[in-house]
Amino acid sequence: MTVPEPILRIENLSIALPAGLDRTYAVHGVSLDVHRRQIVCVVGESGSGKSVTAAAVMRLLPEKVLRITGGTIRLEGVDIAAALPARLCELRGNRMAMIFQEPLTALNPVMRAGEQIAEVLRIHRPEMGRDWVNARVAELMADVHLPDPARLAKAYPHQLSGGQRQRVMIAMALALEPALIIADEPTTALDVTTQAQILRLFRELLTKHDSGVLMITHDFGVVADVADYVVVMRQGEIVERGAPDKVLTAPEHPYTRALIDAVPRFRYRTQAEASEPPVLAVEDLSLTYRSTSFLGIRRETRALDAVSFQLAPGETLGVVGESGSGKTSLAKTLLRFETPDAGRILFKGRDVAGLAGAELREMRRHIQMVFQDPYKSLNPRRRIGQSLIEGPVQHGTPRGQALARAEELMELVGLRGDALSRFPHEFSGGQRQRICIARALAMAPSVIVADEAVSALDVSVQAQVLRLFEGLQKRLGFAMIFVTHDLRVASNICDRIAVMQRGQIVEIGLSRRVFEQPEASYTCELLAAVPGFAREAAAGR
Amino acid sequence: MSATERANIPSQRNRFLEALLVNRIALLSGVLLLVIVLSAVLATAITGDDAFLIRPRQRLRPPGAEFWFGTDALGRDVFALVLHGGRISLLVGLLAAVAAAAIGTAMGLLTGYLRWLDPIVMRIMDGIMAIPGILFAVALVSLVGPSLMTIVAAITFAEIPRVTRLVRSIVLSVREESYVRAAEGLGIPPMLVLVRHILPSCLAPLIVQTTYMFAAAILSEAVLGFLGVGFPPDVPSWGNVLAEGRAVFQRASWTILAPGLFLAVTVMAVNLLGDGLRDRLDPRLSRAAKVSS
Repeated sequence: MTVPEPILRIENLSIALPAGLDRTYAVHGVSLDVHRRQIVCVVGESGSGKSVTAAAVMRLLPEKVLRITGGTIRLEGVDIAAALPARLCELRGNRMAMIFQEPLTALNPVMRAGEQIAEVLRIHRPEMGRDWVNARVAELMADVHLPDPARLAKAYPHQLSGGQRQRVMIAMALALEPALIIADEPTTALDVTTQAQILRLFRELLTKHDSGVLMITHDFGVVADVADYVVVMRQGEIVERGAPDKVLTAPEHPYTRALIDAVPRFRYRTQAEASEPPVLAVEDLSLTYRSTSFLGIRRETRALDAVSFQLAPGETLGVVGESGSGKTSLAKTLLRFETPDAGRILFKGRDVAGLAGAELREMRRHIQMVFQDPYKSLNPRRRIGQSLIEGPVQHGTPRGQALARAEELMELVGLRGDALSRFPHEFSGGQRQRICIARALAMAPSVIVADEAVSALDVSVQAQVLRLFEGLQKRLGFAMIFVTHDLRVASNICDRIAVMQRGQIVEIGLSRRVFEQPEASYTCELLAAVPGFAREAAAGR
Repeated sequence: MSATERANIPSQRNRFLEALLVNRIALLSGVLLLVIVLSAVLATAITGDDAFLIRPRQRLRPPGAEFWFGTDALGRDVFALVLHGGRISLLVGLLAAVAAAAIGTAMGLLTGYLRWLDPIVMRIMDGIMAIPGILFAVALVSLVGPSLMTIVAAITFAEIPRVTRLVRSIVLSVREESYVRAAEGLGIPPMLVLVRHILPSCLAPLIVQTTYMFAAAILSEAVLGFLGVGFPPDVPSWGNVLAEGRAVFQRASWTILAPGLFLAVTVMAVNLLGDGLRDRLDPRLSRAAKVSS
């Protein structure tokens, strides 16, 4: 035997979709192998069938809706598709394990972290004693580099950070030393710095436990960092496969090329002259969240700590940082969803930090927000037209005129005007985000605050929406505050960048200056953690 | 709004009708309910003027050609009593359910949205919930005397906290949705945000709760009648008919079965209708249903 048997061999897998949808197969004719000590990345946009493939391997598909109609899945030679339920239970956990995208929802919120790891062991190794289980839990938690395992084992999921939760998930998956680990977007919900650590962890554990990883991702940066082999999927079919060096640098299929081109890279805008007086000036803005516990113990969290900056008309300021750094608090405070406890927000020279009631509502038309999740930011029960004209009508625009403007705006954001009579659920994520942008523009605001406005979108859609923002800004001249965790995205669209850490702005300056000659050490950390950054730097970008 | 625009945005009412037509069970319940309501409204026309004539010689006759549902201990026609009883019972049910839903929704919306109001109102609601509803009704009726208004008020009062809690819990979660934030960001006044963006999300569970309350109110009225603190015995309501039949039901079970059956069918029809409406009033659910059918 010269070539070792792969851990996982998928051959010619087809999974049918229920009738009446836009295509007949969720997955069609997919073949791939995962070998020991190998990370195979399956890349594709939403709807490409990558997650369905992963679920099929675990036999987690709703079998009445998604039926395997052809091909085989063999895990160490065992045919998964034909396995009986009892055999399947044995294989899951023992020989294969899955890591999910959102570690907060995948962990049981009312069970201590250590208990959840121990449970896996107890179910599959009932013959082992309590001491063995406890020792193994401690060992696993040390393996995934959780600090102070003894203490964290007693913590509940909500007391852990996102990265720590994902480590607990990984420890659970590793508990029985499975041959195959399936990771479905394991780092998408995490900060860049945490993401980099988790990806390193995968590589390390792979070598230690001699297993293989099938990783589902949409991020080519992740692929560049960890993949040994890449498979690109589109509409249920594999369009390209090969070593990451080849696929990333010399893609053959036009779709792969389009995907790679859509990945945001560090690219800088030409700087606009800022000679006019600032449209928005923030001085020493501070915000503290206070909560009183059941026993009357007060807790204070400083979300914003003496934040100051100025925003010129037509300028875009990027706000970057990890989660918990205060970016979103800043956005909320600028819109006065939160009332700051100190400092001033000068909008065209007028302090709006303390406004309330009708005055506040009048001010709000000038500063509009675009939210992160396009699936939640449109009222599902109201037609697009109703959502678009609501604001202007409230502020005194006649209904007919508002409707005409709404139609213009829809075309401006690249949608057809007749979409006004439809409901939000009839649109894709990218289209909804366009609608949200149109809704903000309907108020003819001077400032738009975009809070992670493209993070929930596929890369190709993300690129389109970014271009849309840029084009609209050129045409309409609004200033923008662009909150994002993705430094590459920020570099594309922002004139200046403010880096936030623990509620403070640690560095602010022109995008190119901040990213190419960072002054704060925190900025350097963030930059080093950008997926694929090492490769880009090596390529001399 | 011009005519063409109106055509573009179909009204809520169309969707309501469409919903009824698509769901067969809801349609059937609706028809059943309509028959019961009509029979109550037209009770006098159907059973004639001497419906409650006391016929001492024809006491406790079993159901037959002359008296469809038999006669009671006083020789009154049970069919006529049940039809007439429907008037009172349905009216009480409708009034109490609508009043409790309206008041409860208003309070739930306000307490959920205005944080400072929350602890005050919710403690009051806890207090009301601590009093058994029937006990309160008995007390109120004995104090003020039985009348339609007191009985409706007593039943309504006991149901308000449930609606308030239900609506408040929905408001608390919907309030955090970004589309509510977006509306606030557009400068929409709080009351409009509540009515336009938060209330519609409450409607589906609210409809179910209201139909349930409608059924519960009819039952409560029956219980009050049964306990002897409802309407005066000479006013026919389902509760009163049941209460009077109790004494003789071992010999003449029809005196209880007939009003009981009407009560049960009405309650069931109302509940099924509510379920059907809830599924259809949500644009997302109705679309999913269309794809699957």
